[in-house]
Amino acid sequence: MPALPLHEAGKYVAAAYIVFVVLLLVYVAIMASKLTRIERELVELNAGVAEEDAEAEEPAP
Amino acid sequence: MHGTRLRGLSILTVLTIGTALVLVFFYAPNEADQGFVQKIFYLHVPLAIVALGGFVFGGIQAIQHLRTRETRYDLRSYVAIHLSLILAVGVLLTGSIWAKASWGHWWVWDEPTLVSFLIVFLLYATYQPLRFAIEDPERQARYASVFAVVAGAFVPLNFIAVRLAQNLVHPRVLGTTGGNMPGSMRLTFLISLAGMVLLFATLWKYEMASKNAAMQLKKLRRRLLEREPQPV
Repeated sequence: MPALPLHEAGKYVAAAYIVFVVLLLVYVAIMASKLTRIERELVELNAGVAEEDAEAEEPAP
Repeated sequence: MHGTRLRGLSILTVLTIGTALVLVFFYAPNEADQGFVQKIFYLHVPLAIVALGGFVFGGIQAIQHLRTRETRYDLRSYVAIHLSLILAVGVLLTGSIWAKASWGHWWVWDEPTLVSFLIVFLLYATYQPLRFAIEDPERQARYASVFAVVAGAFVPLNFIAVRLAQNLVHPRVLGTTGGNMPGSMRLTFLISLAGMVLLFATLWKYEMASKNAAMQLKKLRRRLLEREPQPV
């Protein structure tokens, strides 16, 4: 096949690079959502531990 | 910790990929036969090399796991294969776009390189279903490692078989003598490859850090539950 003219070839080249960027962005977004969930669980655990510590420090009646 | 040095690696990756893009579009000349479409080569080929390298790396980590029984090697193998599978999707998509632009077809079944890559991809696509079909974590890790070793060994064998095939249509740009590319194209290709390797390393470390944090959180939660007074 003869080489495509620039205006025709540009669409394919752009499509290939855009596909790669989109794939990368989807991956990073999924990883970011997982990290957000870990962070939320960590906050919950910290709150739970702080609550337990506070209960332990309370003087017995 | 896997999170350490991640920032430096990320910056280096962005700089290398940025340099590679500048070289691809402003320095490397258009190829005589394919013209501007050949610019896909600087994305597609490094992606394919890194994806296949990642599968082999996953296999090496799996060997370490089988030898030592340490879970960290299984995790490394899992993350490498998972990431390589994502890159392999990119290889298939960019390859299809390149094929359409160069040959007029999205897919060519009598092309050994394309079909062999698809076989490798489909083989690894079964890794996760196989892994998560096993409930016992120890058995899951062991079976997944055996799979990763066998499949990892298949990757270079497959590559050699394709190279030895007689009916080659796919362009041989990387021969045993260092390729037949002009210097500017070779430099651009090598920088693109370095960028892709760095991207793989960064994402691998990123996912490892995330997985390690999740595991530590799980352990912490379990320890806290054990500390709670049990109802009598």
